[in-house]
Amino acid sequence: MIEAEVTVARVEEAVAVYSDEVVVDQPERKVVMTLADVAVAFGGRTAVRDVTFDVHAGEVTALIGPSGSGKTTLLRALNRMHDTVRTAAVTGTVRLGDLDVYAPSTDPTLLRSRVGMVFQRPNPFPTMSIYENAVAGLKFNGVRKKSLLDEAAESALIGAALWDSVKDRMKAHASTLSGGEQQRLCIARALAVEPEVLLMDEPTSALDPIATKRIEELVVELKDRVTIIIVTHNMQQAMRVSDRCAFLLMGEDKAGELIEFGPTATLFSEPTDPRTLDYVNGRFG
Amino acid sequence: MTIVEAPVELPVDATTERRRAIQAAASSSLRRRKLSSGIAIGVCWAFLGIAIIPLVAVLIYVTAKGLPAWNVDFFTQSTTPEGIPGGGVWNAIVGTVEITLIAVAVTVPLGLLCGLFLAESNGRIAATLRFTADVMTGVPSITVGIFGYIAIVKNFGGYSGLAGAFAIGFIMLPVITRAGETAIRGVPQSLNEAALALGARRATIARRVVVPTALPGIITGVLLAVARGLGETAPLLLTIFGNQYLQWNPTKPMEALPILIYNNSSQPYADLVQVAWGAALLLMVVVLVLSIGSRLFAARLQKERR
Repeated sequence: MIEAEVTVARVEEAVAVYSDEVVVDQPERKVVMTLADVAVAFGGRTAVRDVTFDVHAGEVTALIGPSGSGKTTLLRALNRMHDTVRTAAVTGTVRLGDLDVYAPSTDPTLLRSRVGMVFQRPNPFPTMSIYENAVAGLKFNGVRKKSLLDEAAESALIGAALWDSVKDRMKAHASTLSGGEQQRLCIARALAVEPEVLLMDEPTSALDPIATKRIEELVVELKDRVTIIIVTHNMQQAMRVSDRCAFLLMGEDKAGELIEFGPTATLFSEPTDPRTLDYVNGRFG
Repeated sequence: MTIVEAPVELPVDATTERRRAIQAAASSSLRRRKLSSGIAIGVCWAFLGIAIIPLVAVLIYVTAKGLPAWNVDFFTQSTTPEGIPGGGVWNAIVGTVEITLIAVAVTVPLGLLCGLFLAESNGRIAATLRFTADVMTGVPSITVGIFGYIAIVKNFGGYSGLAGAFAIGFIMLPVITRAGETAIRGVPQSLNEAALALGARRATIARRVVVPTALPGIITGVLLAVARGLGETAPLLLTIFGNQYLQWNPTKPMEALPILIYNNSSQPYADLVQVAWGAALLLMVVVLVLSIGSRLFAARLQKERR
């Protein structure tokens, strides 16, 4: 306890010294998504609140924090996945470019074709072949042109580093793939619609370390093509793949709150909030 | 101080171009997709409405016809012959309640143990038992009545409430068994394994973990089986015979609500038909309350556990 206090004091000193000369060594990128005072409640009980930050194009933004801090809940608010939950209420503002995500005039299906999602467990459609899975999103969105479908499927499968192993068996069922390959197929399926933002909800939590490594490499490779927001439990993963990081923590009334947001390097080396420091140093959570 | 660089735009390449094409296709087809979605939902609603019409019609009709028969005498007096005012269905209520309680007392333990066995075992015996239960569910109730008549009435001293309880139990048993099995199968395997890993025996796991977890489903199943048994007429016709007088003794012929409805509704006397409507309404209300109540109860139990 005393040790912790000493550390905190030292960090505060350090911050005081450095705050005079803030060094911006990253190019400022275009903002694709903005979150302002976003809160999500289920049946009147707030699950996460006070979330304000910008998502920059071509970057990977990681949401980190212990279990129950509302990372996944927040992520699902960004493409209106909570619409299907009757008791869920999202307040605050989420913007995708000029589009107000929660405006009554916004069509959630069109929005979701621009903000894709990859889930914790690989969930390829079991009745569809690899090819059908890859183009499923396009077909849902009314794309019928065969040339466009083929081109998008190939590009997405290449993007998901799956093309070489599946190009000769596109008609095979998705269930014949390994877990890691299935997850990459799910990434390809999401990529094929060419979303501007891709939400990833702990995409490696059901995978072995080697498959995890491949997905992580993929995330870094893909960020030029699509802006990525990734939820992760794993701080090393957040450090490896993300450019910016949002740290969430469960408050006293069990609602998650945004504690700190900033460039990943800063957040992990010299966070401004002592709670962030404790968390990234593995002192809790 | 580093100079803040100009915003970096993503290059316009094949990806961006394809994105435009896809988004154009998505928004131009939006109206068509919304329309077909709307039509599909409309068709669902229409069919739902058609399916509900008979139900609502029965509810309204029986209520309208039966409610005028309801008064204090209706619930406290036994049936009177035609032309004699007053009289009610007290004898039938007594019979129905007694027969149902006896059937429940026998079939619930039996059915639940069978259900537990079916859920825990995948052997040939279980498969046979499951098949038998499914066949029993489908057996026409008049067949059950004849079976009760031959097995009990002929061999054990004639028509009686007990013979009726046997026949009704025969109807309820497979329902309870299968509902119990389904509820118990719904208990996550991980809970089973957690208890196993703590050194619990299978019987202990069943008693302390599996059955309590499955309880909402089990109770729902039991109450639905009771609701089913309450309304059966054919098995009772051939087993309890009917009785115009109040009879508490289940070894004697008894009256029951379905029997009373069946007998009175075919009489040429308006006052007897009126009593039949009242009894039909009573039976319907009891079944409705049981069905709704069991669901509410299960939902509440489920909610408390979260």
